[in-house]
Amino acid sequence: MDTVEKIVEDFASDIAMSSFSGTRLRDMIRAIRACKTAAEERAVVRRECAAIRTSISENEPHLRHRNMAKLMFIHMLGYPTHFAQMECLKLIAAAGFPEKRVGYLGLMLLLDERQEVLMLVTNSLKQDLNHPNQFIVGLALCALGNICSAEMARDLSPEVERLMRSREVNTKKKAALCSIRIVRKVPDLAENFMALAASLLKEKHHGVLISAIQLCTELCKASKDALEYLRKNCIEGLVRILRDVSNSSYAPEYDVSGIADPFLHIRALKLMRILGQGDADCSEYMNDILAQVATKTESNKNAGNAILYECVQTIMGIEATSGLRVLAINILGRFLSNRDNNIRYVALNMLMRAITVDALAVQRHRTTILECVKDADASIRKRALELVFLLVNDTNVKPLSKELIDYLNIADPDFKGDLTAKICSIVEKFSQEKLWYLDQMFKVLSLAGSHVKDDVCHALIVVLSNASELQGYSVRSLYKALQAYGKQGSLVRVAVWCIGEYGEMLVNNVGMLDGEEPVTATESDAVDAVEVALNRRSADVTTGAMCLVALLKLSSRFPSASERVRQIVGRNKENVVLELQQRSIEFSSIMQKHQSIRSSLLERMPVLDEASYLVKRATATQATISADKLAPAVTPGGLKLSNGVAKPPSDPLVDLLDLSSDDAPASTIASTTTPNDFLQDLLGIGGVSSSTAGVPSTASTDILMDLLSIGSSPSQNGTPVVGHPGQAESKPIPAAPEAIDLLGSLSSSTPVSEIKATSALPQAMDLLDGLSSSTSVSGLEKTAHPSITAFQSPTLKITFDFKRQPGNPRETTIHATFTNLTSSTFTDFIFQAAVPKFIQLRLDPASGNTVLANGNGSITQGLNVTNNQQGQKPLAMRIRMSYKANGEERLEQGQVSNFPSGL
Amino acid sequence: MINFVLLISRQGKVRLTKWYSPYTQKERTKVIRELSGLILTRGPKLCNFVEWRGYKVVYRRYASLYFCMCIDADDNELEVLEIIHHFVEILDRYFGSVCELDLIFNFHKAYYILDEILIAGELQESSKKNVARLIAAQDSLVEAAKEEASSISNIIAQATK
Repeated sequence: MDTVEKIVEDFASDIAMSSFSGTRLRDMIRAIRACKTAAEERAVVRRECAAIRTSISENEPHLRHRNMAKLMFIHMLGYPTHFAQMECLKLIAAAGFPEKRVGYLGLMLLLDERQEVLMLVTNSLKQDLNHPNQFIVGLALCALGNICSAEMARDLSPEVERLMRSREVNTKKKAALCSIRIVRKVPDLAENFMALAASLLKEKHHGVLISAIQLCTELCKASKDALEYLRKNCIEGLVRILRDVSNSSYAPEYDVSGIADPFLHIRALKLMRILGQGDADCSEYMNDILAQVATKTESNKNAGNAILYECVQTIMGIEATSGLRVLAINILGRFLSNRDNNIRYVALNMLMRAITVDALAVQRHRTTILECVKDADASIRKRALELVFLLVNDTNVKPLSKELIDYLNIADPDFKGDLTAKICSIVEKFSQEKLWYLDQMFKVLSLAGSHVKDDVCHALIVVLSNASELQGYSVRSLYKALQAYGKQGSLVRVAVWCIGEYGEMLVNNVGMLDGEEPVTATESDAVDAVEVALNRRSADVTTGAMCLVALLKLSSRFPSASERVRQIVGRNKENVVLELQQRSIEFSSIMQKHQSIRSSLLERMPVLDEASYLVKRATATQATISADKLAPAVTPGGLKLSNGVAKPPSDPLVDLLDLSSDDAPASTIASTTTPNDFLQDLLGIGGVSSSTAGVPSTASTDILMDLLSIGSSPSQNGTPVVGHPGQAESKPIPAAPEAIDLLGSLSSSTPVSEIKATSALPQAMDLLDGLSSSTSVSGLEKTAHPSITAFQSPTLKITFDFKRQPGNPRETTIHATFTNLTSSTFTDFIFQAAVPKFIQLRLDPASGNTVLANGNGSITQGLNVTNNQQGQKPLAMRIRMSYKANGEERLEQGQVSNFPSGL
Repeated sequence: MINFVLLISRQGKVRLTKWYSPYTQKERTKVIRELSGLILTRGPKLCNFVEWRGYKVVYRRYASLYFCMCIDADDNELEVLEIIHHFVEILDRYFGSVCELDLIFNFHKAYYILDEILIAGELQESSKKNVARLIAAQDSLVEAAKEEASSISNIIAQATK
């Protein structure tokens, strides 16, 4: 401590050479170190900074030196010191060496190349580069090499070139290193330096040699010409340098644990790698010396190993002979079995590179590498895992993945994520048979289900859905796994989905494989399993939602459990999570009020299209991942696959936009996952709930079915009941008021309020493109197509008359006539219509908003429709009528699917 | 190339930082925080390399100080360990069995030494003796300037007496 203080004393005195004012550097450091809290430290620093500011503004040159030293210390603690930047420049501009030394140090610490102040120092630097004193030149070169910007590099490059020819070795080496920075900043300057760099390789001084070799390496990276030039002109010199240093006898100045200058060795080897890469002549020229270094270097110390490591890399990098390669691979083998973790780490690192050169040799070390995956050291584990991933091929995938999966049992929690991702991608990539793939995935899900990514689960479900002969086996395996590992998030989701879809295969042991143990699970066991998953506290919304769907499906699969399911679902009607609450209410209503359609509604999901899923996954992985992150709460797991994937593409009828759902709080996920679905076009229009995306997947039978498994916007309850596809013409609409009731009970701002809002706008509503130009088409013209009854209910009848526009065959004018069939007058009548995106629609104002009772007079409204895909797709339209009858608000909806063909 | 050099104490205090690649002040603080979290928690028997943001950080502990150097992914990690040791040996010779306090109170000297070993993130000198010689020569220049200054002030003092 005494010596420390002595030195500090000296420094302090050379800082404040004359009169003292303020604290000395040593006192400041002491004061800061004595601070017990961060606040105290801040106070001390604030006081010091204030004193320094005053001193700067009073322009006390004799204190500059000391102020700068203090500021460097303050800067190191992380406080702002920008106010002192000009002081650095002043110190540098001073004449004396002590001032310049501190000034340059301050410049390098307090500034970086992006600060404009730095430009101001260019001139001082130029002067100092031309200074007769080599140490001042050294200071300037050092500063330039560490922080110069591209402009400074251009300006000062001639000075640096000149200094490389200096007689002083220390100046030469610094100038060479400075050129490295210059070439990095301005690669065009590389050619100016190549001859100089090559000539420096003839020097004896190791510092100069090291610097020159590094400069050559940098030049090769910066310019092809330089690479060619150096290949011709310095390969001999380089080999000579390496031979001299590796053959040299003991030299105490450069000795590092018995090896003469390992730094020079390594740098020479590195440059050889670059010169020899893809050049057989160069490579041949260095064969001998590489063999010598590889065989003669001692490998019991770190320095020796560092050289061997570089040497092996060089041998792998150049066009080496096979004998040399064998030598290198043997060194790697030795490294890999070393007990030192550092050596093993670099061995793994090298094997990664060697794998492209000699995959077979690397395969021989497979067991050792696998051991490294299980190492206690995270860095080694990570390297080894990357390497294993590269090693996997069709022949060794089974034992390798078995090893990795076994290790999942005991792996570090931090490491499980990486490991799981790698296992999943290995298993997916190399799966030769489905059964094996499924088995491995089930194991991974059981052991590390919480780390399995969603897209991996989705891929698994797609495979499951396509493997009809394995579904029974899968649901049973998953059921068993669920009993044992109920905490693994992804496992629960996949298992619950399977139980929901294939529950009866679980109970009846359908499709037993050879050697499979039968499962004794009753119907109520299956329901139990899902209920447990639903009630688990760790279950997230997605899992909960999937559980509810599974329960709903089970209620139809197992009539005996139906009542229990109803109770479980009923209990969730008060769930605080909106999504679950909604589903519970919807599902309860299906179970209670819609017995007749329930079984068709809850049929098994259609088989998912594997090929299109794979394509989509490949292209949209990124989007899916980000979307999953954005909307995890509303992604019903694998269910979203059904969007688009299973859609029969040529059924525009069911693609119709459901007007009432446009403010449903639904997921946006579908819009990222089914980009080509033209229903998505509709979604793009007005934030319409993607829940309608479920519609297409139901094919022709029933819209409701998949709405439920996907959707969950409150409006859906009403929609499907009203809008039965293909039957809009004849089917009565008994359920509309009920739908509103249901919505009301949700107390969310869904269609009801929406209707009110729109009823305030009697102007024709063109929800789709908002064009609503109000050219009224009045007067009936001769219709080329027969009129249709577009909609009929016990209360209301709508007929459409058609007229083709002569100028544009795609355009059709529809004249709609509304007739009231009840005995009470409708007031505030509003008609709205929506069409798929390939159709353009314009609504003209209606002839009135009151429809008299008993068909006494009707109102009319013109619609202008342009079918942009005429001939390919028929017209289709979804309509909604809202009105007041006897002061009560009514809403009716329907689809018009019976347009005459050819429109 | 070496992107930066860090000296961090066991308690996470920064003792020396040298940046050869541009980092803003904010980034620097973040880097230091991230790396101290990563390195100080590692066990003693583990390897001396940490993979970080596509770079590798080679570190070595000497008593209470961690010497860290951040290098590119394809640099020689084992050699960087030697460079760290090279630096420490030179510090040790200069201070005479260096300790953390030396580096706190004489941080500028540590920087001067580092500047004689590395420029632009590349090695400058493999000879410890040469570095010591250069530093000593520059220190004596400072001494000479100081003596000159004090003798001048003596002369002035005498003249004004």
